[in-house]
Amino acid sequence: MTYILVLEQILNGLQLGMMLFLMAAGLTLVFGVMGLINLAHGSLYMVGAFAAAAVAGWTGSFLLALTASLAAAAAAGALMELVVIRRLYRRDHLDQVLATFALILIFSEGTRWLFGSFPLFLDVPSYLSGPVSLPGGIQYPLYRLTIILIGLAVAAGLFLLIARTRIGIQIRAGEADREMIAALGVDISKLYTVVFALGAALAGLAGALVGAIQSVQVGMGEPVLILAFVVIVIGGIGSIKGALAGALLVGMTDTLGSVFLPQLFAVFMDPASAASAGASLASMLIYILMAAILLVRPSGLYGGSA
Amino acid sequence: MMLTRESLLNWAMIAALLIVPVAAWSLDEPFIITLATKAAILALAGVGLNIALGLGGLISLGHAAFFGIGGYAMGILAAHAQNYEPLFEWPFLFEGSNQMPLIWLVAVVFSALAALVIGALSLRTSGVYFIMITLAFGQMLYYFAISWSAYGGEDGLSIWVRNEFPGLNTLDPIQFFAIAYVILCLALAFAARLARSPFGLALAAARQNEDRVQAVGLTPFTLRLTAFVISGAITGLAGALFADLNRFVSPTMLSWHTSGEIMIFVILGGVGRLYGPVAGTALYILLEHLLGGISDYWQIFLGVLLLLIVLFARGGLIGALAGREKAHG
Repeated sequence: MTYILVLEQILNGLQLGMMLFLMAAGLTLVFGVMGLINLAHGSLYMVGAFAAAAVAGWTGSFLLALTASLAAAAAAGALMELVVIRRLYRRDHLDQVLATFALILIFSEGTRWLFGSFPLFLDVPSYLSGPVSLPGGIQYPLYRLTIILIGLAVAAGLFLLIARTRIGIQIRAGEADREMIAALGVDISKLYTVVFALGAALAGLAGALVGAIQSVQVGMGEPVLILAFVVIVIGGIGSIKGALAGALLVGMTDTLGSVFLPQLFAVFMDPASAASAGASLASMLIYILMAAILLVRPSGLYGGSA
Repeated sequence: MMLTRESLLNWAMIAALLIVPVAAWSLDEPFIITLATKAAILALAGVGLNIALGLGGLISLGHAAFFGIGGYAMGILAAHAQNYEPLFEWPFLFEGSNQMPLIWLVAVVFSALAALVIGALSLRTSGVYFIMITLAFGQMLYYFAISWSAYGGEDGLSIWVRNEFPGLNTLDPIQFFAIAYVILCLALAFAARLARSPFGLALAAARQNEDRVQAVGLTPFTLRLTAFVISGAITGLAGALFADLNRFVSPTMLSWHTSGEIMIFVILGGVGRLYGPVAGTALYILLEHLLGGISDYWQIFLGVLLLLIVLFARGGLIGALAGREKAHG
C-alpha cells in the first residue's frame, strides 16, 4: 500500500464529504430556522439531477445544466414550501415526517412517470474530464477535484452569507427567536420560503454534480438523505459548522473504511472472508461512529441542548 | 365494555377481516385469501409500531429493522433446515428449523434484543434526533444485509416450502390465514390490555407530561425502552410471518421505505387507535389492489391521500368514521 493510494482515498473522502455537506447544510438550516424535519430533501437532490440531465441532453452545455439544477431545485423547493411545508411548522414531528414522506412518494413516482424507470446519464464535460497531476505525483480526476473545490466555495459562501449579510442576520435571529424578529417587521413567511429554496438549491446542485459520476435515477436521493441525517446528527442539528464537520467525518470514514477495512482484515484472515467481513463492517462503520458520538454527546458535536 | 361508535367499528372491521377470506374460500378465490393474510400480517406489524408510536409517542422510523430481523430469522432457520446444513454445532447441534413456533420464538427474541440495543442508544435523545437515529440504525441493518453474502446479500433468500405448524396444513391459504388472524387478534387483545395496565397508563403519562411522571418517581426512560422492546418484538413476529407468506426474505424488508409503510398503516387508520393499524392496512391493501390495477404509478395517489389525511383529517379513517377521540384514551 503506497502513500499515493492513501492520499487518493483521502481526496475521495473529501469529495464525498463536500457532497454530503451540500445536502446537510439545507437540512440543518431548515431544521434550525423552521424546526422542520424534511424527509423530502432527497427528492430535491433528485430533481436537481434530472433537471441537469435533461438540460445537458438538450443543449449539451454542462454549465447550463448546473444552472438548471439550481433553478429547478430552488423552484421545486419554493413550491413545496408554499403548498405543503408551511402548513407543517406548527405541527408535531410525526405530521412532518408523514407529510414529507408523502411528498417523496409523489416526487419519486412523478419523476418515474415523466422520465421512465431507466437511469439517465449526465456526462462530465471534456474540459473537466481526465486526470490532473497534483503536487506529490498524484494523478487525480479533475472532475472530482472540481467537486471538492465547488463544495469548499459553497461552504465559504454559506458561512459569509450567514455571518455577514442582512439575510444571514435574519436567519440567525429566526433561529433564536422567531416571534421577536416577526415583531421587528421581518416578513417571516417570506424568509422561510427563501431559506427553504436556498437549501433546496444546494441539494439540487449536489444531485447534478454527483449525477455526472453516478447515474441519474429515481430514488437516488434517499441513500444520500440518510447519510445527510447521520451527518447532522453527528454535527448537531441546526449548526452549519457541525454539518461541515460531520460531513467530512462521515465522508472520510465511509470512504477509507470501505477501502482499508478489508485490507486490515486480510492481515489475520483468509482473503475471501476478509473481503466479505471487511465490506460488512465498512457498510456499518458510519452508523457505529454515530452511535459512539451520541454516547458521548447526545446532541451532536456542535449541538446545543436538543 | 361501553359500546361506542369506535368499538362497534372495531368489531365490524375485525369481523370483516374474517368474513372476506372465508367467503373467498367458499368461492374458491385463493388470491383474495392471500390479500387478507397479507393485510392481517401487516396489521400485526402496525400493532407493534403503534405501541411505541401511539401509546409511547416514540416516532420510530426504524421499525423495518425489526420486521426484517423477523424475516431473516425465518429465512435463515428455514434455509439451514432445507439444505441440511447445521446452523451451528457447538455448544449443541442445531440444524435450523421449519417449525413455525420455534421460528417465531427466535424472531421475537432477536427483534426484542435488537430493539433493546437500538432503543437504549436512541432513547438517550428525543424529538428529531430520535427519528433520525432510528432511521439510521434501520438503514445500518439494511446495508449489513446487502453486504452479507452468506444469506443471499442483495438478492435475498428463498424458501421452497412454507414452514410447518403442528396440526395444520400451512400450504392451504385459508389455514395459513387462520394462523395470521389468530395471532393478530391475540396481539390486539394484548395491546388493549397493555394500554389499560399500570405500565400502559404510566407510558401514556410519560408521553403527555414527562416531568410529572418523573416527579411521582417513575423513570420515563425505562418505560419507553420497555415499550420499544415490546413494540419491536411484535413487529419482528409480523416479519417472520410476512417472510413465510412470500417464502422469501430480502433486504427490502429492512429498507426505510418499509418503515415508512408500516407507519402509513398506523396513520391511515388513525394514530393511537387500537384498531388503527387494522383499518389502515385494509385501506392500504385495497388501494394497492384497486389503484395498482389502474396505474403503475399508484403511489402518487397514495402520497396525495396521505398528504390530505395529515393536513386535513388527522384522525385517519377511524377518526373520520367514529368521530374524535376521547380526551383520555
